[in-house]
Amino acid sequence: MEEAANQMSPAVRESKTAYDNIRERFGDAISEFDANPTMPFFEVLDASRWVDIALYMRDNSLLQFNYLACLSGVDYPEEQKVGIVCNFECIGKYTHRIAVKVKCQRDGGSIPSVSCVWHTANWHEREAYDMYGMVFEGHPDLRRILCPEDWTGYPLRKDYQVQETYHGIKVPY
Amino acid sequence: MGLLDARVSNRNVLVTSVDNVMNWARLSSLWPMGFGLACCAIEMMATNASNYDLERFGIFPRSSPRQSDLMIVAGTVTMKMAERVVTLYEQMPEPRYVLSMGSCSNCGGPYWHHGYHVLKGVDRVIPVDVYVPGCPPRPEALIGGLMKVQELIRMEGLGISRQDALKKLAEKSVDPQQVIDQVRKAATA
Repeated sequence: MEEAANQMSPAVRESKTAYDNIRERFGDAISEFDANPTMPFFEVLDASRWVDIALYMRDNSLLQFNYLACLSGVDYPEEQKVGIVCNFECIGKYTHRIAVKVKCQRDGGSIPSVSCVWHTANWHEREAYDMYGMVFEGHPDLRRILCPEDWTGYPLRKDYQVQETYHGIKVPY
Repeated sequence: MGLLDARVSNRNVLVTSVDNVMNWARLSSLWPMGFGLACCAIEMMATNASNYDLERFGIFPRSSPRQSDLMIVAGTVTMKMAERVVTLYEQMPEPRYVLSMGSCSNCGGPYWHHGYHVLKGVDRVIPVDVYVPGCPPRPEALIGGLMKVQELIRMEGLGISRQDALKKLAEKSVDPQQVIDQVRKAATA
């Protein structure tokens, strides 16, 4: 284990330190650390604790992930799941950064909203909802953000088929 | 044949048909609606700016559909925008012309298959008179398209429908291949 830690780049080691802090607090609610050299990440296994983890990551004096750089949706059809990937950075105090993955059931699943923790998440979660169809529980205004409100289906899902007509206009080529 | 080719007598009297005068007036002050949808709009703006200077043709963008007689659909028409484009088109007074600029508004362009949100050609919602190919078309190409609109207006007249005018325009058009060959031959000689 120590050998693996020695092979990590300084940036990944910083992320590992931050991860260890979160792991100590939340234990099995989060997965093992993935030392991805581009963006180290971990997964939230118990999605119901996601808001607590988010608040801890933002407010703990050793973490201070005060900047949600990106929140994207992902489709995992073989697992029958959809999820989000959030990239966090700390502006001002630390140079560490980490990504967090949260997944939910593909049909009718929901993920707690973190828009109350980082306001950036508000529109990003609306976009993920628009494209992948997962519901963000506790979101103040969960509407489609890019597609028209009466659009059917979630365009970035792997099995998405475009609708034949929209308001009487033919959609496919 | 333009109006200025008509004979002017020595008493400064110009004898011509009403059609000719009307067409000359309309084609010399084509006012497009100032709206752009994507990157083609940048080329359209460049065409309007000083290098290409559309105002020398009397072409001058207006901010309201009610004051314009030409719609340049410059860019990607999304499904969300399609209905707005129709509304804007319907607000324009007749006679009105539509110039579809660039691959996206011609046929969907690079979004023809995977772009779930793109209207595959603006001619699915409004009638188009002139198509300008390109991605995006250069200002020269846009000016070429505008000249085609002017030619179309020249074909029009009292009691001549748009269909007939378009037919006349097609009959009068020449295959550019000969011209291209000539220029190439001259260049190599």
